[in-house]
Amino acid sequence: MAVLELTNISKHFGAIQAVNDVSLSIEPGQVVGLMGDNGAGKSTLVKMIAGNFRPSHGSMRMDDKELILHKPVEARQHGIEIVHQDLALCNNLTAAANVYLGRELRRGIGPFRILDYAAMYKRAGQIFAELKSETRPRDLVKQMSGGQRQAVAIARTRLSQAKIVLMDEPTAAISVRQVAEVLNLIRRLRDQGISVVLISHRMPDVFDVADRVIVMRRGRKVADKTIASSSPEEVTGLITGAIEQV
Amino acid sequence: MALTIDQPIVQKQQSLLTRMFASQTFWVVIAVILACLFLSFATDAFATSKNLYNITRNVTFVAIIALGMTFVIITGGIDLSVGSVLCLSSMVLAVTMHAGYSIEIGILASIATALAIGAFNGILIAYIGFPPFVVTLGMLSIARSLAMVASNNTVVFQFGPDHAKLLALGGGAWVFGIANPVLYTIVLALITGFVLRWTKFGRHIFAIGGNEHAATLTGVPVKPIKVAVYMISALAAGIAGIIQTGWLGAVTTNLGTGMELQVIAATVIGGANLAGGVGTAFGAIVGAALIEVIRNSLGLLGINAFWQGVFIGGAILLAVLFDRIRNFRRSD
Repeated sequence: MAVLELTNISKHFGAIQAVNDVSLSIEPGQVVGLMGDNGAGKSTLVKMIAGNFRPSHGSMRMDDKELILHKPVEARQHGIEIVHQDLALCNNLTAAANVYLGRELRRGIGPFRILDYAAMYKRAGQIFAELKSETRPRDLVKQMSGGQRQAVAIARTRLSQAKIVLMDEPTAAISVRQVAEVLNLIRRLRDQGISVVLISHRMPDVFDVADRVIVMRRGRKVADKTIASSSPEEVTGLITGAIEQV
Repeated sequence: MALTIDQPIVQKQQSLLTRMFASQTFWVVIAVILACLFLSFATDAFATSKNLYNITRNVTFVAIIALGMTFVIITGGIDLSVGSVLCLSSMVLAVTMHAGYSIEIGILASIATALAIGAFNGILIAYIGFPPFVVTLGMLSIARSLAMVASNNTVVFQFGPDHAKLLALGGGAWVFGIANPVLYTIVLALITGFVLRWTKFGRHIFAIGGNEHAATLTGVPVKPIKVAVYMISALAAGIAGIIQTGWLGAVTTNLGTGMELQVIAATVIGGANLAGGVGTAFGAIVGAALIEVIRNSLGLLGINAFWQGVFIGGAILLAVLFDRIRNFRRSD
């Protein structure tokens, strides 16, 4: 059964048709590569799943229930987590503080509640260990490598029982070694039964880690097939329009 | 990799020590202590109880407002209106009490005025997107003008039936001969330090200063928090105004002129970063103390008062220079 199912989703901004009649479904524990050129509608599609935009037409279903999102917090409540392209990290805070940003743990009675540093350090440390990352909870994000920063952003998605993690260009601006680190983090999420939607420009990454690839061009879905039955050449053709549709 | 228990412990102790040496606040504390030691030996007048009483009390007005300003500066904002808000709050208190109302009503009116101004600043900045510099610059002019309107630009020095109470509030020394304003400052500093370190609100303030966009994306209520910090800053100015009124026993419309610059200087000397994301309550107090010690020492050493600005300005540059040198080393 699909975790998330989109049926005939469209989104237009005035006269601009950003996403046009897209249907897709995402299975549990599946890594889906979402590819397409700039302006193909990837971001708009993802922002609808993340609760930033509401679709103009069509419907979304999650675990066979109608899913209507008014704002990003609601997506989070439904188990949809987003790793933003710029990671949304505060350099002046520790790794643990960033992981818990906006959902800090507190202890105390009634209105007299203080931040529970010990619990946040402990849980953040556990998550980093699960992700097999060397990130330490007490380190400032300012001092971290690109891979560690990714680990902090991904660790956020592990605080709640996420079902789907949307990752926007997670490998765009980091070194080769760090890319490998991030791809491993994605596999770790998949092994725990979480579906990952990987939005990426980088063909090798998608073919390395994804089970399925979806290609968009000019707001339409032009391909949706398993990695095994596709090839980088075919996907390139689909992105550029050299191949019309498969 | 096998890690023995000692390694992380040693590492932690080192980092604590390095952190202390790397902290601007630490060096400013050292500077204050050295200056005090030097002055105790160099002049007879410094280490007298009367002079120390004066210094500690003089520090408080700048220090209290600096505590409020710290909140604003951590979010990456600035509040230029505090000097004028101090004057307006004092004037509201003075005029209300002069008209025959009790001290409670006077203080209530004064605090309400300060909070209203803070809310006005904050709403323009957070919800309408005005730059903090511009909004509070405008308020600097507006608040002082309102103080003149409220008093018809006269000096108020009679505070009605509760006259004596007000003077005791600001000028007294109820515990162990420590000036009352000093006690208020200590209490407010402890509250500020607690809020910044131990509350969700404090954490979110640092997050906004570090990366406002990230704070928004992760669900931090950025706009209400921004309004709150400008209200806190104005409240601090209002409290300082009330205490200063009690201490001076008179309010003029040029009270607190130029004070915003001293306050900002105190927070910056104490280690706050005007770019946001960094600042402590202790730093604000220490910064205010250094400025006051410089001022006091120049007088005692018989140096012409005109040189004050040079020394205080020098202290600001020196404090920030430390910070730059540290960052250069780190980026290497």
